[in-house]
Amino acid sequence: MRYALFLGCTIPARQMNYEQSARTVAKALGIDLVDVDFGCCGFPIEPVDEVKALSMAAVNLKKGKEKGLDIVTLCSACGEMLTKAEEVLEKDEAMGKSVNGVLGKQVGTEYKGEKPRVVHFARMLYEDIGREKIRALVKRPLQGLKIATHPGCHYVRPSSLSGGFDDPEFPHSLDELVEATGAEAVDYMGKEDCCGGSILAVREDVSKAMTRKKLEALSGKVDAMVLICPFCGIMYDRYQKLMADELEKEYNVPVLYYPQLLGLALGIDPEKLGFDVNSVRVDGVLEKVGV
Amino acid sequence: MVPIDAVVDISKSDARFLRRLAAEMGASDLSKCFQCGVCVASCPVREIEAEFNPRRIMKLAKLGLKDIVLGSDFIWLCSMCFMCHERCPQDVRPPEVMTVLRNIAAKEGIAPPNLMKLVEVLSENGRVYPLDDFTMDERQDRDLPEVESKPGFVMKIAGAGK
Repeated sequence: MRYALFLGCTIPARQMNYEQSARTVAKALGIDLVDVDFGCCGFPIEPVDEVKALSMAAVNLKKGKEKGLDIVTLCSACGEMLTKAEEVLEKDEAMGKSVNGVLGKQVGTEYKGEKPRVVHFARMLYEDIGREKIRALVKRPLQGLKIATHPGCHYVRPSSLSGGFDDPEFPHSLDELVEATGAEAVDYMGKEDCCGGSILAVREDVSKAMTRKKLEALSGKVDAMVLICPFCGIMYDRYQKLMADELEKEYNVPVLYYPQLLGLALGIDPEKLGFDVNSVRVDGVLEKVGV
Repeated sequence: MVPIDAVVDISKSDARFLRRLAAEMGASDLSKCFQCGVCVASCPVREIEAEFNPRRIMKLAKLGLKDIVLGSDFIWLCSMCFMCHERCPQDVRPPEVMTVLRNIAAKEGIAPPNLMKLVEVLSENGRVYPLDDFTMDERQDRDLPEVESKPGFVMKIAGAGK
């Protein structure tokens, strides 16, 4: 299976553990991730300039279509932005005209309704690879590991864009992917809550309080949190560390990207899964799974 | 900024602002809002910052009270989690309304400087986080492939209208 890999801005610069583990795991599963000269999806500037944001998304969609491959995104916001652009540009004629105005003038191109399939990495594993195949490839079952998943917002919402994939209120696909590794996915209140990352630049205090809420609920109750979006990762992992220092309070909730967890289950050397980038120490998790 | 609990002067309704909202609203539709408050009850920001009230923002915008709506910090506080979008019985799509309001505010020059700066950063670097030599070295050490460090189309689109 081949996919065009959409990395976005945050992952290749700031969350290389996600990229490294995703590429390693994909290889082990026989998935070919092709690097394409994509650029920013547009999401970060949507609040101040939706036309420019959709224009960026449109160019990326054209690039994916040209390659003839489905686009697989690691970042949930990138995935949502690209999917939304496909819908908005199909339905909103006035917006389509504005976008093509920008594209014609700035990059000499035109969006002609190119709609490659855009799919999140986790959804690709869930739908295209399947849990059965994953289970069959597990060499080191993660039995006894208690995991709290954090599906994040844009992986499943708005549901109008994801064509009925998963439940927007009670998402379960990530839990099922976790269970395919042999680990236990625990249920908890507020699983669907937002990390607060998108308002970090506007109101840091509110953003951090949103992050803290979940950490406080999970501290001491699980072996790790598992997530699939770099914004969520920065909040729950890096900001957990920063807040622990500020508040002189340890939460001790290790935060793993799903491919890091899956990589452990597939028997991959942890050094190839980028654990050294994680801010909160993961030694406890590694010890528990016996590596 | 007008306090969130202040009595507002409805006669200050701005017809031009209302026309602009109607023109830019896309799939969302403010006129359908019947003020049930499901958005407020679903809001994770509201749980932390009690003054953030999406229902009130919807109503003030619907009334055409441009200065209060655009001049309030609150339109920038929505975290775009889309929970209200899922639950709104009238398909108002509050997050999309927020984006329209934010875009109008930005055009009037009253967006948070941090967010405005991102457009500039993208026009200069093509990336939110630059792939500098230091980062490229680390990528190499991790056997990560080379990626386009400064996507030209992003720089050109971000720089439009300069």
